[in-house]
Amino acid sequence: MNNELSCQELVELVTDYLEGALSEMDKERFEAHVSVCYDCHSYFDQMRHTIRLIGRLSESALNPTVKDELLSLFRDWKKELPPADE
Amino acid sequence: MLTVEDAGIIQGLRRGDESVFVSLFNQYQNSLLRLALIYATDQRIAEEVVQETWLAVLKGIHRFEGRSALKTWIYSILINRAKTVAQREGRHSDLALSLDEQADLDESTVAVDRFRPDEDPQYPHHWLSGPQDWGELPEEKLLSDETRRVIFMAIEGLSPNQREVITLRDIEMLSSEEACNILGISESNQRVLLHRARGRVRQALEQYFGE
Repeated sequence: MNNELSCQELVELVTDYLEGALSEMDKERFEAHVSVCYDCHSYFDQMRHTIRLIGRLSESALNPTVKDELLSLFRDWKKELPPADE
Repeated sequence: MLTVEDAGIIQGLRRGDESVFVSLFNQYQNSLLRLALIYATDQRIAEEVVQETWLAVLKGIHRFEGRSALKTWIYSILINRAKTVAQREGRHSDLALSLDEQADLDESTVAVDRFRPDEDPQYPHHWLSGPQDWGELPEEKLLSDETRRVIFMAIEGLSPNQREVITLRDIEMLSSEEACNILGISESNQRVLLHRARGRVRQALEQYFGE
């Protein structure tokens, strides 16, 4: 009966758990621990918040001059395209 | 296997359809710039790397065989270019990278002194000072610009390998399979890097929220 996870072990398994990389037995040990341990439940919740908040970094602004430069490069490239087959 | 969507984009680019190019640009430009900034010493170099990537995409599109998804192909071009430029500028030596990898293996995600010691009579390796319940924090605090800045700085402080993985997985929302293909690393290595990287960001947030 001493195959319970300690808290210190659990924190190192959070990513494997979320990635679905734990064996069926370790997954059950993980879930059993989180369901009864208040601190590990908070920790797991912190990790989920962390991942969600990291995702918000994708909303960032674009430098508009870059687009104009690139479009002129695109037009130069297009001039050298072989004529269409159709 | 190419998706119908990718096949349409590739056809459009080969025809020189500007609207297809513009929509591809709008979809990927931010992401490419973010990835380039992992390796570049400044914004200008990162922008050049992204520009070169777009040119390489245009030049290569007639030869692209679709063995990988279009997205994977574009990201791979960007990362290869960015690494080449970084090496030229002497930003990351091989030694620095191998030291980072060693640190990835040794480091614990939560400071050891947060747990009871091995010789604790009752609960060895259980929390000594447990984590705060972030569910009690006001949403404005969680979503504030300052929180964003804390996360941004924490990610900037990671090793390049960790940054690559957390950027592709948690900011760009790629699957682990896509990330592994782009970076040429194994699933298990990717999980170790992701775990360390997320752990560091959590630590930074814990410190900030606890202030």
